[in-house]
Amino acid sequence: MTDRPLTALIKPERAPLSLAEYEHAGGYAGLRRALTLTPAEVTTEVTKSTLRGRGGAGFPTGNKWSLVPAVDGRKYVVVNADEMEPGTMKDRLLLEGNPHQTVEGAIITAYAVGAQTAYIFLRWGYQLAEARVAQAIADAYAAGYLGERILGTDFSLQLYLHMSAGRYMCGEETALLNALEGKRANPRSKPPFPPVSGLFGRPTIVNNAETVSNVPHILRNGWEWFTKLSSGADGGTKLFGASGRVRTPGVWERPMGTPLREIFADCAGGMAPGYAFRALLPGGASTGFLTEDAFDTPLDFTSVEKAGSRLGTGTMIVLDDKTCPVGMQYSLQRFFARESCGWCTPCREGLPWVARTLEALEAGDGEARDLDVLDAHVHGLAMGNTFCALAPGAMAPLESALKLFRADFERHISEKRCPWT
Amino acid sequence: MATIYIDNEPYTVEPNGRNLLEVCLSLGLDLPYFCWHPALKSVGACRQCAVILFRDENDTRGRLTMACMTAARDGMRLSLTDPRAVAFRASIIEWLMVNHPHDCPVCDEGGECHLQDMTVMTGHVRRDYRFDKRTHRNQNLGPLVNHEMNRCIACYRCVRYYRDYAGGRDLQALGWHDHVYFGRMEDGTLESPFSGNLVEVCPTGVFTDKTLGRHYTRKWDLQTAPSLCVHCGVGCNTMPGERYGLLRRVQNRFHHEINGYFLCDRGRYGYEFVNDAARPRVAADPDTVRGWLSEGRVAGAGSPRASLEANAALRALVGAENFYAGVAPAEHALVALMRALLEVHPTPPPSLREVEEADAVLLLGEDPTHTTPRLALALRQAALRPPMAAAGATLKIPPFDDAALREAVQDATAPFFIATPQATALDGVAMQALRLAPDDVARLGYAIAAGEGEIAAALRNAQRPLVVAGFGSGSPAVAQAAAAAARALGARLCFTLPACNSLGLALFDAPGVADMPRDVKTLILLETDLFRLLPDAEARLRKVKHVVVLDCLATPTVAAAHAVLPTATFAEADGTLVNYEGRAQRHFRVFPATGDVREAWQWLDALRGVTRTFDEVTAALAALPAFAGVEGAAPRAEFRLLGQPVPRQPHRTSGRTAVTANVDVHEPTTPPDPDSPLAFSMEGYQGHPPAPLTPRFWAPGWNSQQALNKFQQEVGGPLVGRPTGVHLLPVNTGAVPAGTPPPPFQPRADAVLFLPAHHIFGSEPLSARAPGIAALTPAPALAVGAALYARLGGGPVEVRVGDAVLTLPLREDPALPVGTAVLPVGLCAEALPAWGTLTGGPRDA
Repeated sequence: MTDRPLTALIKPERAPLSLAEYEHAGGYAGLRRALTLTPAEVTTEVTKSTLRGRGGAGFPTGNKWSLVPAVDGRKYVVVNADEMEPGTMKDRLLLEGNPHQTVEGAIITAYAVGAQTAYIFLRWGYQLAEARVAQAIADAYAAGYLGERILGTDFSLQLYLHMSAGRYMCGEETALLNALEGKRANPRSKPPFPPVSGLFGRPTIVNNAETVSNVPHILRNGWEWFTKLSSGADGGTKLFGASGRVRTPGVWERPMGTPLREIFADCAGGMAPGYAFRALLPGGASTGFLTEDAFDTPLDFTSVEKAGSRLGTGTMIVLDDKTCPVGMQYSLQRFFARESCGWCTPCREGLPWVARTLEALEAGDGEARDLDVLDAHVHGLAMGNTFCALAPGAMAPLESALKLFRADFERHISEKRCPWT
Repeated sequence: MATIYIDNEPYTVEPNGRNLLEVCLSLGLDLPYFCWHPALKSVGACRQCAVILFRDENDTRGRLTMACMTAARDGMRLSLTDPRAVAFRASIIEWLMVNHPHDCPVCDEGGECHLQDMTVMTGHVRRDYRFDKRTHRNQNLGPLVNHEMNRCIACYRCVRYYRDYAGGRDLQALGWHDHVYFGRMEDGTLESPFSGNLVEVCPTGVFTDKTLGRHYTRKWDLQTAPSLCVHCGVGCNTMPGERYGLLRRVQNRFHHEINGYFLCDRGRYGYEFVNDAARPRVAADPDTVRGWLSEGRVAGAGSPRASLEANAALRALVGAENFYAGVAPAEHALVALMRALLEVHPTPPPSLREVEEADAVLLLGEDPTHTTPRLALALRQAALRPPMAAAGATLKIPPFDDAALREAVQDATAPFFIATPQATALDGVAMQALRLAPDDVARLGYAIAAGEGEIAAALRNAQRPLVVAGFGSGSPAVAQAAAAAARALGARLCFTLPACNSLGLALFDAPGVADMPRDVKTLILLETDLFRLLPDAEARLRKVKHVVVLDCLATPTVAAAHAVLPTATFAEADGTLVNYEGRAQRHFRVFPATGDVREAWQWLDALRGVTRTFDEVTAALAALPAFAGVEGAAPRAEFRLLGQPVPRQPHRTSGRTAVTANVDVHEPTTPPDPDSPLAFSMEGYQGHPPAPLTPRFWAPGWNSQQALNKFQQEVGGPLVGRPTGVHLLPVNTGAVPAGTPPPPFQPRADAVLFLPAHHIFGSEPLSARAPGIAALTPAPALAVGAALYARLGGGPVEVRVGDAVLTLPLREDPALPVGTAVLPVGLCAEALPAWGTLTGGPRDA
């Protein structure tokens, strides 16, 4: 038993394990054990493991599964692999590195919730992952892990790989479901939540690819083993990443609750030579900045929130002293404005205004009232004011940047230029 | 009942599955909104109706909440005036204004724009956005609807109405982020026959009335009156608007039981026949005509497109024994049969609201989209609503959460069965759509009446089943079978009727014009085009010494007349019309007729040498047993509110004293109106008149059509005060006329059964004169089944039916029953269905 179950079998220098190699390494043992249990027992196992969703929101996975009503008829499982959060590349590692792990997790999830059909919804740009996941699915069908009467049981499952058309919005689970139905990728109002009315209006579990990839290990090694992988309240390991001017950008699997300093200093090797640290977004582009004060924060859902940000996807973006913080915000906000689905007014009209204001600041065309405009949007695009979390997520880095780097914003206006150019 | 606290004031409300926005608006409180629409419900997109919602009385902070997405519950506490909510609502307008052009002065919506109203309501006045606005290319959407996308505030109402509610496919949300675009894949005429409602659904000037745009007038300069649509038998309520003697547009006038919020495009855009330059406008000398009346036998033909009063005046002039119905023989017999079947049916014909609430539908022989279009829109709701209600109950989705309900339902529909010869626009929402010849449609109806088959079983399980048939099939057997099925199932029975007063004319019990004796010396034709009705019209007219025609249309009969008396259109006349339900409703003059044009009943009274008021004509009519109670359709002319009449012109009408100053500096005298409680003036009672007299919807701060909220008992509910219209048709009156199933349809080798095809654009003679409708009228073509089409290609073919010979191109209706073909009505006066022959096609075939 490894303490890094997700990545133990991933060797970046070679192709992913074949089905035979995966089986030899213990693959599909989790599925075999799951099929000896009742679906409810599988769900209980996952609930006890304290596995929480790895997509960013951190909802307890077993609890989510148990929300599926005990009704007859079609149910679905969707693996959310539409990884498009700027700075985030953890699911890519799993899908390119060991696709059978995710496939196996999807099968167990479908068994637990009584789904007959599952989809892996994959980011358009992940073309290597597409080829590898497609191969893994084909192999799994051939080996009887998918299709009719899986491993001789009464359980049957069809698993499809769906390549997304490429929109950040599809990471939001209800927008993803609409996209999968061939509709516009607008989010849905909740309730009803997908476990009750999801894909094609049927009960549906949408889980992040990393979440699903944990499931085979929980079933194979037991929930207690999983909880002991970390020292905190949230069990298991987490893929952490770092990008920006760090010495060694990358993705690493560490116990949930690993201190931020360990990821930044030990894994990423601290700042690259010639660059000084200013702040970091701990969990992708839609989380707020943390500074050096927070380096002892354990990276789990609760602790990062206490520190004033969110764990998000666990992949940090590091801001250095040679990069303009306003320019960084412009880059992020332009992305979010472009990715707004256009459904609700504040996001559709507010984000482009923010982006254009930042663009003006960067171009030396800033005005004093621009900071009022930015402040007003941070306030106006708060959670609950908008239809979904996209715009509030976009405001998280901006809000903290306006606090931490106020002087830099003001210099752009007073000097009528970007001081970094 | 529940108590809800709004800004600490307790209000007693009936939550009844309604959301907080609906509750607030129903209480008369002003809360701005865009994406919510009373018929389309909530989706929570625009975020305009934000309020602060408190957990309980101890919660002082509260939470910003969208009123339209929150179900009302007992004990709820909310604030509309909390500064955070007020500021947020203003900021929503500010965001919408980021890209909305400041082109109100040149925008057709200006002055009746919901966005203007909501902007003023929120108090947003200052512009902080300092960058360029985004721009779009507009599309040519055809002759009815104008497109100006730069004004779009992306409320998504248009696509929700067009696609989800009306079943259209070609208008969609395209693009992304602040570039979302509401249009078609490419330029082209909107395919939905209900596209005109976009004009009223759109809260700003993206979709505007293209016909209004050609003779544009601001809403506040339009003279309007409560009116009725005259283009089919449904009886939708309308508000036509006039200025300077030109009818400018028709808008929907909400009627809770009939048209609700929507009209069809024939009804909205058919009005331009009123402005037709070819209209008869020069009158013959009435004294000469009066002289003819004593020369010998006089007969008169009334009209299903003339009011009860006009028909009654003709009947009084010629005598009951000489009064005939100006209706083609087959249609006359069919309408009489349908009337008789309705009168013996245990329940009255359903209103459109009741149609929408049906939970199972059997549609026999009829394609209502092309005969009575608004009924088709109601039937579509009947197909979609029951599964939504069921899903809402199972999944605990509130009835206003439109997107969630549609998601849960997917493509499920209610038990909805169609049996027609030709494909219909409702096939897509039907569980089964059978293609049968009319006699086989009738046989199916009788089989269902006998309880045979799965359709009967599905209908029998319904709580509120409905059977629909009508004039469209031209088949008495289908009507009989529909009535038999409805009776056996305990269903409501709905018959479509062709003209705005078909049932009203039928209530006179007059014989058809074909039965008119041949020795008539003077024939008075009231709005009757004999050439459309009788194949031998020319021969008959030749035998009559004096043909007197009263009409507002330039028909071939007008051209053949010895004397023409030009009549007022619905817009220049008062009148009572009886719709398919037997509901008598009143329409009022929008503007006075000018020149020689007079209201038909006035001409006829003049020929009789009497002078009566309109109310006296109606009172005389009410003396006939069939019309007892007809006076209740609307208040009498002397009705006053605070001693004042109801003004047809809004109080903001501009230029009252200036417009005619080049002629006379004195203010012109307003034309008198002795026939109604309305005045051709901006002066009068400024409050809310009773519903039948409401000429427009306007309230302070509410200049758009959505001022309607202020006229309803609750949003989406009936208008305040007495309902409009009275029911004249008796029900459950006795024995069912005997009907037996016809033998199965047998195709013939030597002949083809020609069936009638109606089209929303072109089949109805009044609207056919409107340029917008004429532009959309399809070129005549004969529809044939797949086999015949394969043999004959695109034609042309020669059609012989009765004495008529027609040369027509072909179009394919693949599932059409073998041995039948579908011929557009109006090409010849032969009654359809009729056997005939079809020759032609490729020479070598």
